[in-house]
Amino acid sequence: MTTSYQTQLPAGSHWSFVMRSGSALTLTDVAGGANVGMLFYNPENLLERYNAPDTLKCQHTFRLTAGHCLYSDMGRIFCGIEADSFGWHESVCGTLNAQQTAALFGSSDYQQARNQRHQNGYDSFLVELAKYGLGKRDMAACINFFAQVRADDNGTLQREQQGAQGAEVRLRFAMDTLVLLHTCPHPLTPGGDYPRAPLGLQIDAQRAPLPEICLQRAENQRGLRNNALYQLQGEL
Amino acid sequence: MIKESLLNPAEAHVQQQIGAGDYWLHRIEKGQTLRITDLEGNQAADTLFFNADDTAERYSMSDTLRGQHNVFLTAGSVLRSNDDRPMLTIVADTCGRHDTLGGACATESNTVRYDLEKRHMHACRDSWMLAVAEHPEYGLTRRDITHNINFFMNVPVTHEGGLTFADGISAPGKYVELVAQMNILVLISNCPQLNNPCNGYNPTPILVSVW
Repeated sequence: MTTSYQTQLPAGSHWSFVMRSGSALTLTDVAGGANVGMLFYNPENLLERYNAPDTLKCQHTFRLTAGHCLYSDMGRIFCGIEADSFGWHESVCGTLNAQQTAALFGSSDYQQARNQRHQNGYDSFLVELAKYGLGKRDMAACINFFAQVRADDNGTLQREQQGAQGAEVRLRFAMDTLVLLHTCPHPLTPGGDYPRAPLGLQIDAQRAPLPEICLQRAENQRGLRNNALYQLQGEL
Repeated sequence: MIKESLLNPAEAHVQQQIGAGDYWLHRIEKGQTLRITDLEGNQAADTLFFNADDTAERYSMSDTLRGQHNVFLTAGSVLRSNDDRPMLTIVADTCGRHDTLGGACATESNTVRYDLEKRHMHACRDSWMLAVAEHPEYGLTRRDITHNINFFMNVPVTHEGGLTFADGISAPGKYVELVAQMNILVLISNCPQLNNPCNGYNPTPILVSVW
């Protein structure tokens, strides 16, 4: 039986798949400079989705790193960040649409550039959402992995670092989760050449519980109790 | 940025008080001005905006933050939609800072934040759910309920990436005023939260005015 799957996605692409509870997803910034926009949905109830404000305020954090859990809008944990060698992922800047992408990197359509076109994260999400009967109304603020964005005392946002060669982040899922992702540029990317950093991706089917590092906050222990209650409903 | 309004309250054609725990769902036309007044201070007005002519277009926290490269909202801020279009502009603000990172309280997130047995306590997302259920004429559903603005709420971000819920910087009579750049549905939940300092543990009424 195959227990793991590994692949590499070029920049400017998108994908979706269901992660089972207990399985793990590892993202690798292969060459440095990768950005991964990601959204989560409950495959049993697609109205339940990733909620950035709940995720940030439940853990009193603006940056996401190892030990943090990523929450749905129903008080449940989609997954926890089990390991992270980068240290700072952001969840408020969203994703660029076609017009913004063209403004930053120039227009480049498929007829002209084939798979080197300047694909944008918004359309990428729309394409993946449509596969599950979802649309624009279902889109929420995503996570941008490998994006360090800081706010100063006046609230001004600054992207300080985007990726690092070999950086890895591993997500451990606490419930079945529909994952949507794109590898399009981060919204605060300076203009110029369209970033071309590929993403390494590994899915491990071997099940494990959320690690201790994700359960140090009382909030996350309670979030996991909410997952357990949901699991119980499935078993009754 | 503190900026006072020149509008005369006596000339407003809508003046309505909203009790804590209640919602207000109202259409305003392009060019009209909406004022929200924090009558007793330290209240949080959890607000969503929709394009009244196409509700799939709505206020977007991330487009707004990216558009202004700043996490706080105040006079001069342009509230952007998920299509990255300007929806409303904040033209006056006597509070100085409003939050759009903290989201709205929900019975579900209350269990995580405070206690599993606080599920029964009234929360903002309940008010929104009731609003969309009681007003099918607007075509809104739970799918449309996303990230909101918390007027009068103070949520500073630290240099190290922390997020804090600070004491409010609002006070009795502080207000924020917005001009609509398109026809807008306004959906406010006047926050009933009893568990954190966003409203000083004492939810109070707000006043909405439209010119």
